[in-house]
Amino acid sequence: MSQSVPVLALKGVNKSFGAVRALRDVSLELFAGEAHALAGENGAGKSTLIKALAGVHRPDSGQVLLDGEPVVFHGPGDARDVGIAVIYQEPTLFPDLSIAENIFMGRQPRRPLRRIDHKAVRAQVAGLMTRLGVDLDPDRPARGLSIADQQIVEIAKALSFDARVLIMDEPTAALTGSETARLFAVVEALRAEGAAVLFISHRLEEIFELCQRVTTLRDGRRVASEPLAGLTQDDLVRRMVGRDLEELYPKQRTRVGETALSVRRLTREGVFRDVSFDVRRGEIVALAGLVGAGRSEVAQAVFGVDRADAGEVRVGGTALRPGSPTAAMAAGLALVPEDRRQRGLVMEMSIERNIGLTGLDRLGRAGMIKRALERGRASDWAVRLQLKYGSLGDHVGVLSGGNQQKVVLAKWLATEPAVLIVDEPTRGIDVGTKAEVHRLLSSLAADGLAVLMISSDLPEVLGMADRVLVMHEGRLVAEIPRAEATEESVMAAATGLGGKGRSAA
Amino acid sequence: MTVTVEKPAASAEGARSARSLVDAVFRAREISIAGALALLVLFTWVAEPRFLNDQGVKDLLLNAAILVLLAVGQSVVVITRNIDLSVGSVVGLSAFACGKFVSGTDHGVLTVLLLGVLVGAVCGAVSGSLVSFGKVPALVVTLGMLYIIQGLDYWWAQGEQINAADVPQSVLDLGSGSVLGIPYLPLISVLVLAGTAYFLRMYASGRELYAIGSSPEAARLAGVPIRRRVLGAYLFSGAVSGFAGALWLARFGTVVADNAHGWELTVVSAVVVGGVAIVGGTGTVWGAALGALLLTTIVSALAVLKVDSFWADAIAGALLLAAISVDRIVNVRMTRALRKRSAR
Amino acid sequence: MNRALNRVLLRWDTAVGVLLVAVFLTGLGTTDGFASHDNLAFAFNDIAEVALMALPMTLLVVAGQVDLSVASMLGLSSALTGELWERGWAFETIVPVVLLVGVAGGLLNGWLVTRVGLPSLAVTIGTLALYRGLASVVLGSNAITDFPETYAKWAVDTTTVPGTFLTYPVALFIVLAVVAAVVLHCTGLGRSLFAIGAQEDAAYFAGIRVKRVKLLLFVVAGLVSAFAGVVFTLRYGSARADNGQGFEMLVIAAVLLGGVDFDGGKGTLFGAVAGVLLIGVLKNLLTLNDVANEVQVIVTGLLLVASVLTPRMAKRLAVDG
Repeated sequence: MSQSVPVLALKGVNKSFGAVRALRDVSLELFAGEAHALAGENGAGKSTLIKALAGVHRPDSGQVLLDGEPVVFHGPGDARDVGIAVIYQEPTLFPDLSIAENIFMGRQPRRPLRRIDHKAVRAQVAGLMTRLGVDLDPDRPARGLSIADQQIVEIAKALSFDARVLIMDEPTAALTGSETARLFAVVEALRAEGAAVLFISHRLEEIFELCQRVTTLRDGRRVASEPLAGLTQDDLVRRMVGRDLEELYPKQRTRVGETALSVRRLTREGVFRDVSFDVRRGEIVALAGLVGAGRSEVAQAVFGVDRADAGEVRVGGTALRPGSPTAAMAAGLALVPEDRRQRGLVMEMSIERNIGLTGLDRLGRAGMIKRALERGRASDWAVRLQLKYGSLGDHVGVLSGGNQQKVVLAKWLATEPAVLIVDEPTRGIDVGTKAEVHRLLSSLAADGLAVLMISSDLPEVLGMADRVLVMHEGRLVAEIPRAEATEESVMAAATGLGGKGRSAA
Repeated sequence: MTVTVEKPAASAEGARSARSLVDAVFRAREISIAGALALLVLFTWVAEPRFLNDQGVKDLLLNAAILVLLAVGQSVVVITRNIDLSVGSVVGLSAFACGKFVSGTDHGVLTVLLLGVLVGAVCGAVSGSLVSFGKVPALVVTLGMLYIIQGLDYWWAQGEQINAADVPQSVLDLGSGSVLGIPYLPLISVLVLAGTAYFLRMYASGRELYAIGSSPEAARLAGVPIRRRVLGAYLFSGAVSGFAGALWLARFGTVVADNAHGWELTVVSAVVVGGVAIVGGTGTVWGAALGALLLTTIVSALAVLKVDSFWADAIAGALLLAAISVDRIVNVRMTRALRKRSAR
Repeated sequence: MNRALNRVLLRWDTAVGVLLVAVFLTGLGTTDGFASHDNLAFAFNDIAEVALMALPMTLLVVAGQVDLSVASMLGLSSALTGELWERGWAFETIVPVVLLVGVAGGLLNGWLVTRVGLPSLAVTIGTLALYRGLASVVLGSNAITDFPETYAKWAVDTTTVPGTFLTYPVALFIVLAVVAAVVLHCTGLGRSLFAIGAQEDAAYFAGIRVKRVKLLLFVVAGLVSAFAGVVFTLRYGSARADNGQGFEMLVIAAVLLGGVDFDGGKGTLFGAVAGVLLIGVLKNLLTLNDVANEVQVIVTGLLLVASVLTPRMAKRLAVDG
């Protein structure tokens, strides 16, 4: 499987940003033909490690070794030139340029006088698409491509410069099962051709499925680099967290009360149709389904961020004015959005101001803001959610993913909602904080909150929900009580009409 | 385990229709400008047939020549998601500098043109360095440059003016002469236009300009030398503006310090009307040239139709607003359509 | 590190204030007649319109927007004032009408930005041309003079609030500046401006009525610009279509010089006011010292460039240091 000399390695690398030590004396070896997993909680240093390998950051000390020889990257271009490719979770493409141009930007095949050979570009891209088994039009602009397709374009780009090392940063977070299967097949093929793959994921089952070895980071240090054979998921979790974790999905028994949220025949042309459901106080209702089934869109329509074309929403029995987040908030709805960075938080604003943003009319009289009230609101919730921070005046951007999610939760819980809608509550969060969030949701439900939880994480759905609603291509196709909810029953409904069902596991 | 899906891959049909949709939209812009232009010319000619006589056509082309040049230069900058508001004052400075240089001398045309390019290039280099290396908003910096260059121009001129009588005949001939009935100036503009268009399409550095405007983040990740390219774009814009200044001297002979004062907004309007998005990443210099031609034709038409020339500014502003509104609506619809086709 | 960054920005604010005081003292020491009552009244009155327009501009820039059409609206308002006066309208009727036109202009800007979804830079470049063009259409190249003394006397620098060198336009500016500062820094509306400027999506998802807020800002800018047009006309005693040409840049220079970040989400009103006063004092000193007009133009340009370059440099120093 592996040669004696790693294709790419880090040796004793240190990297700090100001006072934060992101990497401490980290070493890592990547061998050709191997898929190597990189595990660790958020803030463990994975992202910095990738950037060091990709040439985005220069190590403060230590070495980066290519084929055993020390090498210095002055920028991502250098890394790319020696065959290191990074596929990010959300690829950044040029929306106005064609797929072909996206792939070959800066490296186009040339004719005499250094002119671009457009025909050769098109032909090569067609070839790459065939090799990947994909059918994308090379001349199509990148605008409007699904994330899965965008990743394929990125991989095609990597292939086009004969990448020897493929680094994949949480590539499956936004993919459906079959898109993930397609991705894994491509990675397998590349591995068989001799590429080294570094695979970062929070999904332990994917790590076990795809990779041969795993390196675990904790607090910027390497805890272990070992073969996956013989390890269990618990072992991995223990390495990442450094302690034994109690049950991941702590579910409290609650008493279910009256209906808090009632959605009837909600429709938005082309996105979802005839969606009707109830959420009662004390319940956690999960909204499951495939990526693209329309779940987030339903939530956004309920909250008023998007318009619905037909249907009605009632909160506590009273009809809700559509299309107005302000009305929704006044009625007692809260929406924790899927995209934390763009929609959940203002990254450059302080923790206390972010938490205060949902209660601007409640922090003083006559529209004025009393600093003491603003600060008090933030510190109260920081304590309740066990937020780890330096000072409330810090920008939320410096917090880890898990703590950022807590700030978003704090901001919404501070509005004292009757109904909490959370969209992917634990996406991109480390294992430890995940458990905290689940515990929080459970206890909130126990206190009488009605919770609608959108999740693509099946264990989370099965572990947390009292009822599972399943959406498929814009329609609500199943409502499964907790006792009958299994992987098979949920997936059957999610794929519609009892289709294929089986995961790639 | 994440939920499974069976999703059909995008059909070949869907892919092809996506591409043709985009093509149609882009071509539609240039067609509609050409159409508007044709209508305008037709209408004006019907109202006043002298509009399209020999001299009339020559005047149209001559008037457009300089604005077209400036539009070409500005496009290159706007494509990178920047803007250069100093072009008007660069033209003024360059025209005056060239004028001073040749006054009462015998210098040839080529020297004058080169001087113009040089003056412009220096101005462009300063703006470009500030924008690319200083990482400061292009709007503010180039506006500052507008003032600085304008002030320098006035200070140098001290109210003096260049007279046609002092300008060598060879230079003036360039401005008034023609070959095969077509005046030199528009020919030169077309040459610069074609050359720039070719470069933008066939050379990697040209494509990279589009990349920078389309997504600066992706360009950075792709290793595009952003600072160098943006500096280059401003250098080009400056050089072209300086060149235009020399041509101004050739055309008019008489140069005052505040030539081309206020032209920058007309140039930006021409470029945006011509399909170069203000946010960069799309558009062609051909479209920008058409936009420039449209705007100058409007001014000429207004004069011929004896309409108050004061309407020109208001019309240019209204056209700009219309153009960007249309751009935006089309963009939104197109993205929606492209998403639907990819999800099929 | 972020705290250090905050400190830099705050330092920039106070730095401008300190610079203002320094320039003022230099003027006192070097230029005869600078500190005289008459001169100070004149100096500050001279930038009254720029100062007034800088207030809504600050709010706009904090919210990540910009309005380049303010000076053109000033010109349009001046042209309208002159034209209507020439036609015999009563001045008491003219002012509300002109202010309404300002509101209409602001509504157009706001509508294009919020409903059509266009970037404010592009829109206001267009309306800059449109409004200035309309001003020319209204008044041509004429100049209307002879405005009623009862109103004109409130605008000129010979009338000051008793006991001070503050003219009434400047006094009004001070009052409005306090209001603006309170709005920006102590109200929910102000907080929402910072959020919109820093991360508009998040503001929207937090229930902030982003479109309504933006529209409001543009309307206020239009209104204030129209009012500034009336003040300008009365002050100079002359209505012309090209009045205030180029003022938008002075306004932006003042705001940026004061440390308000052009990308939005950061800045203080104190800084903006300091920036305005700094420009006014500099302008006055240059004129008193017989510096040629061309050179003043160059200085304006240099200030504009410095206003964006220096904060970036300072930030870089803070990060590296």
